[in-house]
Amino acid sequence: MPTQALFGQLLIGLINGAFYALLSLGLSVIFGLLNIINFAHGAQYMMGAFVAYFCLQWVGLGYWWSLLIAPVVVGLAGILLERTMLKPLYHLDHLYGLLLTFGVALIIQGVFRNAYGSSGLPYGIPAQLSGGHNLGFMFLPNYRAWVVVFSLVVCLATWYVIERTKLGSYLRAATENPALVQAFGINVPRMITLTYGFGVGLAALAGVLAAPIYQVNPLMGADLIIVVFAVVVIGGLGSIMGSIVTGFTLGVVEGFTKVFYPEASSS
Amino acid sequence: MLIARVLTLALIALLAAGPASAQISDGIIKIGVLNDQSGLYADLAGQGSVVAARMAVEDYGAAAKGLKVEVVFADHQNKADVGSQIARQWYDAEKVDLILDVPNSGVALAVNQITRDKGKAFIVSSAASSDLTGKACSPNTVHWTYDTWALANGTGNAVVKTGGDSWFFITADYAFGHALERDVEAVVLKNGGKVLGKVRHPLNTQDFSSFLLQAQASKAKVIGLANAGGDTTNAIKQGSEFGIVKGGQTFAGLLVFLTDVHALGLDKAQGLTFTETFYWDLNDKTRAFAKRFAERNRGIHPTMIHAGAYAGTLHYLKAVEALKGDDGTKVIAKMKELATDDPLFGKGTIRADGRKIHPAYLVEVKKPAESKYPWDYYKIRATIPAEQAFRPLDQGDCPLVVKK
Repeated sequence: MPTQALFGQLLIGLINGAFYALLSLGLSVIFGLLNIINFAHGAQYMMGAFVAYFCLQWVGLGYWWSLLIAPVVVGLAGILLERTMLKPLYHLDHLYGLLLTFGVALIIQGVFRNAYGSSGLPYGIPAQLSGGHNLGFMFLPNYRAWVVVFSLVVCLATWYVIERTKLGSYLRAATENPALVQAFGINVPRMITLTYGFGVGLAALAGVLAAPIYQVNPLMGADLIIVVFAVVVIGGLGSIMGSIVTGFTLGVVEGFTKVFYPEASSS
Repeated sequence: MLIARVLTLALIALLAAGPASAQISDGIIKIGVLNDQSGLYADLAGQGSVVAARMAVEDYGAAAKGLKVEVVFADHQNKADVGSQIARQWYDAEKVDLILDVPNSGVALAVNQITRDKGKAFIVSSAASSDLTGKACSPNTVHWTYDTWALANGTGNAVVKTGGDSWFFITADYAFGHALERDVEAVVLKNGGKVLGKVRHPLNTQDFSSFLLQAQASKAKVIGLANAGGDTTNAIKQGSEFGIVKGGQTFAGLLVFLTDVHALGLDKAQGLTFTETFYWDLNDKTRAFAKRFAERNRGIHPTMIHAGAYAGTLHYLKAVEALKGDDGTKVIAKMKELATDDPLFGKGTIRADGRKIHPAYLVEVKKPAESKYPWDYYKIRATIPAEQAFRPLDQGDCPLVVKK
């Protein structure tokens, strides 16, 4: 295997790792702060991609607007889910939340598949990011470079907010001891709802990022969710930096597997 | 209690066995469409095949002829064990007489064997492996629509003859991909081309960038995609992102369906050349069928697989009527004996090895500007006559064929 090709695979691994990191980040935030194992994460990622598609087809809004709109829309849907269904489960075992979100994911995926089929819908790369550069050892599409940079920024910003700001410290305190934090006059239930919405919004954001690369497909999340859960577990359940680092690492490992033993490269 | 139950069951079994003397077992002809209803092959086969089979039953006028026909379906999830289990249950407990469609060659080869063991009937429309009429051929199976040999012969020949003489394969890692790669490689080598490398990916892969980089590094003129459905569309979509075509390499989609082109959009799919045995816009009969079909299938126009499911069911019912019975082995023998004639594939025959013979078409995907109405996607570049479209009978190593 020539070194040049190895560099190429390394870069590809980082790009895929960016998706894993972004998705597992949302999962990690939700688990770390809410103790909910959000199995609907894959479906919410898929919904993000679909919102991008709808924006383009129905309203004529392009990729950049979608980056903004999709996380908000899907995040709101997540908040609705949290308020109506997840809330009563907080005092129960993890298993109940897992089963509920898993069921919700199956329903959402089924509805989309029934309406839009399984072969996916086309979504193009935004004009500003089409094309690519020849780096000598590989051809790097501009869009992929954008994905890596953008998701790194989002990941680090999220980490910073939760670990280094006052808001983040409230959040972390609320998971340690909700009663005490509430006693200080902070509306803990609302904070938890918003956190869930934020985590779901991250999934939708990853969905919009993925739309131009993969087909907008009702099953795109189901294919990814298992890998992402592996990332979260390896990174340490609820650890934010752990998820980010493991996401990128797994992407790289997978990239190398595709060269040396491609048959084993799927979960 | 248990004894009473066993006795009741025995009684039911006796009653059920009774009508066998009337030739049509239990009075109903039951057709089971077994395919992928939820995964990457659900659009190209899926519910559409069920619709096609039901349309065939209606168009045949089964009810008016006094035949009771029921169409059922199940999802094999692209897993050979799930598919085998459903096939056994259908044959043993639910009195299914014919299994239809079955995409995924891995599952189809398993159902092929079960059907043979049980003496039932199996019409393959989706699965592609040419082994179904080769090493694994069976007196209980008809392979209707197309196979990997026909694809290789059509697309492979055309590509090599237009200068694509060095190949790199991106192959789905299961029975179908292996068979397709093998058959295309044979055509390439026969025509003086060479294969520079190949890489095998798991079924249902999302990201092809790594494989595409390997293909790019190989400097092969042609990148052969020995996969199908969502795998093919993802590879082509990401190929355009990585500048494969701009860099002077071309894709040979070795198995592309109408629904794949629809999913990719003409912008990405234009210029692709591949082999089909049916296109909805061929003539007035196929257009009329497509119109009726699309109305019942969420607007999705029929793929060659749906056409095969329709035509196969029609011919099966003809054979059942001629035989006045539904014994699997006998019906398949009758199907081979009768000449086929249907509105979608025209006149044809079924060979001793189970291979249905009809023409194939080399098609090219239109440019967006050339497409005048919805689903107007193909230009027919060449018609491969029926006698050349499929593997010659004596080259398949089918044990049913007596070698001279």
